[in-house]
Amino acid sequence: MIATVYAVLFYVATLLLVVGVGMKVWKYATTPVPLKIVVSPAPRTRRGVVLRMFREVIFFESLFRSNKWIWIFAVLFHWGMLIVLLRHLRYFTQPVWWWVDLLQPIGRLMAFVMLAGLLGLWARRIFQQRIRYISNPSDHLMLVLLLAIAGSGTLMTYVTRTDVIAVKSYFLGLFRFQIGELPLDPILLTHLGLVALLMIIFPISKLMHAPGMFFAPSRTQVDNAREKRHISKWARNLPPLPEGIPKKEEG
Amino acid sequence: MASLDMNAEGGPKFVGDPLKIPAIECGAMMDTNTFAAAPEHNEPLGFPGELLDNWQEVAIAKMGELAANNRAFKVYLDTCVKCGACTDKCHYFLGTGDPKNMPVARQDLLRSVYRRYYTFAGKYFPWLVGARDLTKDVLDEWYTYYHQCSQCRRCAVACPYGIDTAEISMAAREILDSVGVGQKYCNEIIAKLKKTGNNLGLNPKALAATLEDLEEDLEDETGIAVKIPLDVKGADILLITPSADFFAEPHIDGLLGYAKVFHSAGVSWTISSYASEAANFGMFIGSYENMREVSWRIRQAAKDLGVKRIVFGECGHAWRVAYSFLNTLAGPFDFLDQNYPIPQHILEFTLDEIESGNLKIDKSRNDEFVMTYHDSCNVARGSAMGRKEGGQFDVPRAVIKAVCNNFYDMERDTIRENTFCCGGGGGLLTDDLMDLRIKGAKPRMTALQQVSEDHGVTHMAAICAICKTQFSKVMPKFGYEMDNVMSVHQLVANAVILDGQETEAETATAEETP
Ligand code: HEM
Ligand code: SF4
Ligand code: SF4
Ligand code: SF4
Repeated sequence: MIATVYAVLFYVATLLLVVGVGMKVWKYATTPVPLKIVVSPAPRTRRGVVLRMFREVIFFESLFRSNKWIWIFAVLFHWGMLIVLLRHLRYFTQPVWWWVDLLQPIGRLMAFVMLAGLLGLWARRIFQQRIRYISNPSDHLMLVLLLAIAGSGTLMTYVTRTDVIAVKSYFLGLFRFQIGELPLDPILLTHLGLVALLMIIFPISKLMHAPGMFFAPSRTQVDNAREKRHISKWARNLPPLPEGIPKKEEG
Repeated sequence: MASLDMNAEGGPKFVGDPLKIPAIECGAMMDTNTFAAAPEHNEPLGFPGELLDNWQEVAIAKMGELAANNRAFKVYLDTCVKCGACTDKCHYFLGTGDPKNMPVARQDLLRSVYRRYYTFAGKYFPWLVGARDLTKDVLDEWYTYYHQCSQCRRCAVACPYGIDTAEISMAAREILDSVGVGQKYCNEIIAKLKKTGNNLGLNPKALAATLEDLEEDLEDETGIAVKIPLDVKGADILLITPSADFFAEPHIDGLLGYAKVFHSAGVSWTISSYASEAANFGMFIGSYENMREVSWRIRQAAKDLGVKRIVFGECGHAWRVAYSFLNTLAGPFDFLDQNYPIPQHILEFTLDEIESGNLKIDKSRNDEFVMTYHDSCNVARGSAMGRKEGGQFDVPRAVIKAVCNNFYDMERDTIRENTFCCGGGGGLLTDDLMDLRIKGAKPRMTALQQVSEDHGVTHMAAICAICKTQFSKVMPKFGYEMDNVMSVHQLVANAVILDGQETEAETATAEETP
């Protein structure tokens, strides 16, 4: 019964995540950019822009320059999460890829790195007056959700221990649309439930920053307005203005 | 050196650190409002004269239209994670402590409404994501705080996603205009430009007379007939410069500098009375159509006069519109000489002349000044110069250093891409916002005071008409004289020696030897 509920939950969550993000990204990609509004100094070539975005995505370059504390916590959290997620691949692949195996030892520690990052971010949100001012309940809850996911996961890794083999065969089954046995461990069920929730709210929340940042004209445009004319579709269709100076122009 | 009596004329108290973050003071600036436009200011721009009866409906529809037509607007509203990195970056927040002047909070004034009407979370769980209905109070709040943003983009540099509050401000002003709530200063000026070709409402006759006077001044000073041509058909270069260059100080001295450089370079050039304005306030109100109309005059003038090149004078936001938008708005410029950048900045022109040795320069003529340079925010973050990334920082400095012996930069976090706005940009250069302008200038002024103390800097050069006017107004509040701000081409004008010009030194020797 619970295995079925979770199976449906994960199918729905995956569908909403993929379709939701896909639709949003489609919308971003097809919305016109009327003007060249790159924030300069900016690269003058496409190659330069790719490098700039690479540095932003991998190192959070702008954030590093603007706020070291947020940067440290952001890096701990995001890099911790990335490695934790990669480590999770072992639950979905058979045989486990060799590099996922390599990640196993540090992957387990990364949970603490991720937690430290999240706690740091939350502490700033609570104690730093300016950030508290700009926070809505959803901003706090998002951190609580991630903390709960990471916390319940860490509990399973280090304290209660779940039947990982059974979980893995359950998920491998879901890939083949077969619903197997899911261990009825409350911490596992919490962990999985919250992950599904995260997947569902992803496309309708600020988590869209991940795909969104690739569509921010301020960073992704090439600084070449003088060399190459930038013009959007709707601007092309504006009524033409007269060439030459109209005769009866009063001073 | 300037006196450091910070309490002069009731100005803000001296603080040593230009980046000092104030404690939050809610509502500190909520009563600072700029004058509203009258119907005769709004209507020529294509906006309703007064607040519409169904303003709420129209505003919400306009917001949807913007989200559909402008990717930046949509993506910026969606992607902010409220990380807070931008919260201490705005000079108006640093100067006022009003939390609604923190960039992300400024965005949120609009984002909260956008969420309410256009997002799932805001429609069904408004309390969760801070979504709110669009009420008259909200509209008023927009008017107040979107006119406390100079659209300088300092926050955009800080944001991990490049979210640019200036874009949101422009959009907000466009929504306000679309329901009949315009700002007098901007809209009146745009209406004036549409009628006369410049922001001042100067007609061609008056302009011609002014330029003749300036030619006389130049001849008195140098003994050489340097021309400032107007409406000369067939000239090579059309100079587009802010109209402030025709009458305000220290702007005029910059114009004289351009004239000397053009004269020494031996090029033929002209100003146009039809497009006698570089500034384009259409940008400040976020109106593509108005910005296009204003820009279009430049194309018309260039065609009519049959010029080969377009060069822009010193003006910050004008250069942003020119560099980044002109090709979009009024291009393609296939009828101009493609061997030169279109458009070109006067500093690019001057630096080329300096580097190719065409100018005779006596740097010591600027020895009375110890200079620093204010990177105008629109040039720094909204445009570029030269061929290399960051040229907008290096070209002006190269020119200053070529004509002047004493130069020191201000603190790194207050210059180049991190430069502070002068406090009067983005359509806020109006007397009814003087309080805001003084407070917003504080970070820049504090950085200036630092270099004054450390290196004895006496003067600050700028390349923006608005910056120059703003500084000459607010510097006295910070212990400087109004003429402590200079045009970069004023320094050039001082140092350039024209062919055949008798310098004081030569005159002196000539008198001594019998
Ligand atoms: C392309 C991948 C991503 C990049 C480059 C990226 C970058 C960033 C940056 C620069 C911040 C601001 C600093 C901070 O507050 O941490 C941030 C915040 C955040 N990110 Fe990401 N992120 C990415 C993917 C994700 C994903 C997949 C998630 C969640 C599943 C996520 C969750 C968050 C959350 C919750 C915050 C807000 C933290 C807070 O409340 O302070 N990010 N991200
Ligand atoms: S654009 Fe400039 S003035 Fe506007 S919020 Fe950002 S930092 Fe402040
Ligand atoms: S820096 Fe960017 S993402 Fe962070 S709060 Fe400011 S606007 Fe939002
Ligand atoms: S006036 Fe100068 S500093 Fe201020 S907004 Fe314009 S360019 Fe920026």
